[in-house]
Amino acid sequence: MIDFTWKIGGPAGFGIKTTGDMFSKVMMREGYHIFDYVEYPSLVRGGHNVTETRVSTREVFSQKKSVDVFIALNKESYDLHRKELSATSFVIYDKDQFEIKPEEVAVGVKLVAVPLRQITKDVGAEKVMENNVALGASLGLIKADLKPLFELIEEQFGRKGKEVVAENHKVAQAGYDYVREHFGDLEVAFRLVEKQEYVERCFVTGNDAVALGAIAAGCQMYIAYPMTPASSILHTLAAASSKVGMLVRHAEDEIAVINAACGAGYAGARTMIGTSGGGFSLMVEGLGLVALTETPLVIIDAQRPGPATGMPTWTGQGDLRFVLHAHQDDFPRIVLAPGDVEESYELGWKAFNYAEVYQLPVFILLDRYLSESHKSTEAVKAEGVTINRGKVVGRWEESQGQYLRYKKTDDGIAPRSFPGTPNALFTANSYEHDEYGYSTEDPQERIDQVARRNRKFEEFTKNELPEPLLYGAPDAELTLVGWGSTKGPVLQAMQAAEASFNYLHLNYLWPFPTAKVTEVLGKAKETLLVEGNHAAELGGLIRQETGINIENRYIKYDGRPFYPGEILERIRR
Amino acid sequence: MNPNNYNTEHKPTWCPGCGDFGIWAGLKGALAKQGLSPHEFVVVYGVGCSGNMTDFVKSYGFHSLHGRAVPNAEGIKLANHELPVVVVGGDGDLLGEGSGHLAHASRGNHDLTVIIHDNRVYGLTTGQAAPTSKRGYKSKSTPQGIIEVGMNPLTLAMSQGATYVARGFAGDIPHLTGLIEEGMKHKGFSVVDVLQPCVTFNKINNYKYYRERVYKLEEKGHNSQDRYAAYKVAEQNEEEGIPIGLFYQNNDRPAYHEQELSLKEEPLVKKEVKTPANFDELLKFFK
Repeated sequence: MIDFTWKIGGPAGFGIKTTGDMFSKVMMREGYHIFDYVEYPSLVRGGHNVTETRVSTREVFSQKKSVDVFIALNKESYDLHRKELSATSFVIYDKDQFEIKPEEVAVGVKLVAVPLRQITKDVGAEKVMENNVALGASLGLIKADLKPLFELIEEQFGRKGKEVVAENHKVAQAGYDYVREHFGDLEVAFRLVEKQEYVERCFVTGNDAVALGAIAAGCQMYIAYPMTPASSILHTLAAASSKVGMLVRHAEDEIAVINAACGAGYAGARTMIGTSGGGFSLMVEGLGLVALTETPLVIIDAQRPGPATGMPTWTGQGDLRFVLHAHQDDFPRIVLAPGDVEESYELGWKAFNYAEVYQLPVFILLDRYLSESHKSTEAVKAEGVTINRGKVVGRWEESQGQYLRYKKTDDGIAPRSFPGTPNALFTANSYEHDEYGYSTEDPQERIDQVARRNRKFEEFTKNELPEPLLYGAPDAELTLVGWGSTKGPVLQAMQAAEASFNYLHLNYLWPFPTAKVTEVLGKAKETLLVEGNHAAELGGLIRQETGINIENRYIKYDGRPFYPGEILERIRR
Repeated sequence: MNPNNYNTEHKPTWCPGCGDFGIWAGLKGALAKQGLSPHEFVVVYGVGCSGNMTDFVKSYGFHSLHGRAVPNAEGIKLANHELPVVVVGGDGDLLGEGSGHLAHASRGNHDLTVIIHDNRVYGLTTGQAAPTSKRGYKSKSTPQGIIEVGMNPLTLAMSQGATYVARGFAGDIPHLTGLIEEGMKHKGFSVVDVLQPCVTFNKINNYKYYRERVYKLEEKGHNSQDRYAAYKVAEQNEEEGIPIGLFYQNNDRPAYHEQELSLKEEPLVKKEVKTPANFDELLKFFK
C-alpha cells in the first residue's frame, strides 16, 4: 500500500497553492486517492504558505502530521516544518538559495538538493516557474510518469501561449531528469512502481462540492459578499454562471445579500447565499424576514474562528449555536453540516428541495478545513439528483375563491404563488400576518400562524430527517461523537490498527435526530465528544435534546483541524 | 383602469390630512394610467407610516424590514425583470437605515421606482428627528435641536448614478402622479422624493409651508438632461423656493438587468429549474 504526504512551503504570493493543486491533480489522474490541506495567513504577500497532498492507494479522509516529501522554497519553510519530517522523509530544496546545516537535519532525513533557480535560468524561464522544476523533481523522486503533469501544464497555461507551455514542460522535465540522475539510487518506500487502475474522480473542496450541488439543483441565483473561507463558492459559481444560466451577484454588503435573496425567492427564483460567521452576523436581521415570509433560502456559513474578525484563514466549529438561535424569537429552520466533500455535494443539492418544499431557511455549515481541502471523489455526478419545488400555484381561477398564501393547512405548508400569476395575489409581510398576508395583531391569528409554521418543521422531521450514521463496529469499546468536518480525521484515525472505537456522525443537526442519538449513546460503553469549539456546542445540544451529558471531551479551538494521530493519542490517554 | 381598482378591504389608518393619502392617490393614479392589473407589478414597502400602505393597495406586495426594501426590490426585479417594481418608504427607512442601499442601487441603475415619503420626522415612532430634518429641528430625540444637517436625497441619488430623479409634493396629486408614472416608465433607477406634511408631529413643514414655497421646474425652463443644473436647483435655499418636478433624467445608461448576461433571454423565474444539460462538461474542470 502506498500512503505518503507531499508538501510544499514558501512565501505567500509564490503560487504555492496552484503548485499543490497541480500535484494533487497529477496524482489523482494517476489513479490515486488524494486529500489536500492548505495553510496560509490572511495576507496577499508576505507570510508563509504551505499546501500538502496526501496520496494513497486507498481512500483518504484527512491530512496527517508526518511529511514524506517536503519542498522547502525558503529557509523559513524548512525551519517551520522540519519537525514533521521522519527517518523516511525527503527534502527537496535549492542549496544555491539557502543552506541546511547538518545539525538541522534529523536522523534519516534525506536532502535532495536541486538547483531550482539555475535550471529555471538555463531554460530561460521566469522565476515563478521554479515551482514547476520542483514538481518535476518530485515526480522524479517517486518515479511517476511525467505525462499527466505535461497535460496539466498544457491545460493550465495553454491560454498564455505555446511558448509558456513549452518552457514549463522544459523546466519540469529538467527537474525530473536532475533527480533521476543524481538521486536515482535513493530508496523511496512509496515509489510509484505499479500503475493504478484509473477511476475517474473529481478533485473538489467542500466549497466546490456545495457549489456543484447548487448547480445540479438548478439554483438560479447566488448572491454573496466576499468573505474567507466562503469566497471560493462565489468565484466558482461566477465562473460557471454564463455556462449554466445562473445569476451570480456580488452585492454591497451581507444585509443586501440576504434581502435581495429574500426578494428573489419571493419572486420564485431558486436562491442561495454564502458567507462566514461575521457576514452571517449582518444577515441575522434578514433571516427573520426569510422565516416570517416563508421564503425558501439556502444559506451557507463557512465557519472560521471568531468572534469579530477572528482568524480569517483558519478553521473552527464555533457557529453551531449561532445558526441554531440567530434572530429574535424562535422559528423553524433546518441546519445541515456536511462531514466531507461527498456530503457537501449531497446536502448541497438536497438543501434546495428542503427549502422549497418546507418554505424555510436551510443552513449548510461548512468550516475552513472542509471548505478549502480537496478530496478526490466519485460522488459528484448528475445521476441521482432530484428536484422538488414543493407546492406552487401555477394558475388560480377566481372560481377557486380567494387564494391564501398562508392558509392554515394540516401539514402547515400552503402553496406558493409567484408575482405575475393572475388572481393569486398576496403580501409577504415582515409583520405577523393573516392567511392572505395582511398585518394582524389578533391573538388567535398569531397563535394559529405560529403553530402552522411549526407544523412544517414537524413534517420535515417526520418525512425527511434521516438517522445519523454510526461508523465502525456497533459494539466498539468507545464511541466518538462529532459533527461536520470532524468526520474526516476520525474516519482516518479509525483505520489505524490500534483503533477500537466507532463514530456517531451528526450531519443533520436541526431538527435534532434525538431518538437515534439517545439509542446509540445509551448503548455505548464509553463516549468521547470530539468538537472544534471551546464551549462544546454539540455536547450542549445533545444534553438539551437527550438529557445525556458527555463528560469525556476532546475539544480543540486553536484554528487547526483535528489530526488522526492526535485523536488516537487522546483516546490512549 | 380606475385608481379605485387598487383598493383593498382595508381602509387607510393614517391621520386625517396625512400626506400619505396624497402619495397613495398618486401611486394608484400612476398605476391606473399605465393600465397595470394588480397581478402585473410588485410594490415593496418599508416600515413606517408609509409602509402601512401595504394593506391598502391591491397587488403583489412585500412589506420589508425597516430600511431593506431596496435590496428586496432588487432581488425581485432580478428574478423577474418583466415585473415593474415600486418601492414605497419613508425618509427614516430609505435614508436612515437604508441610505447605503439607496446609494448602491443608484450605482447599479436597477430598474426600480423608489418613492420617498419625505416628511422630515418619524411618525410611527411618535415624532423624533429624521435624516431629512433641517439642522436645528427640535424633537423628542433632539430637544436642543438636531446637530446634523438634513440629508439631500436628490443629490445623493444623482451623485451615485441614479438616472431618474424627481421631487413631488403630496399636496399636488396630479403633478405627483405624472412624476411616478414617468419614473415607472423610465428604464433605470428612479427616485421620487415626495414632500409630505406630517400633520401630527411636524409643525413646521406643513401644507402651508410647502404651498408658499414650491414651484415647478418645468415652468422655469430647467434642462433635466443637465446633471449640474439639477444639482444647483436641488441645493437651492428653501427660503427662496422649493423646486418640484423632474430634476434629472439620463436615458443613455442601460438598467442593471439589461446588462446581466443571465437575463438576456427570458426572466430567471420563467426558466425550468433543472440540472444543466452541460453538467458533465462542467465537471471536466474538476478532473
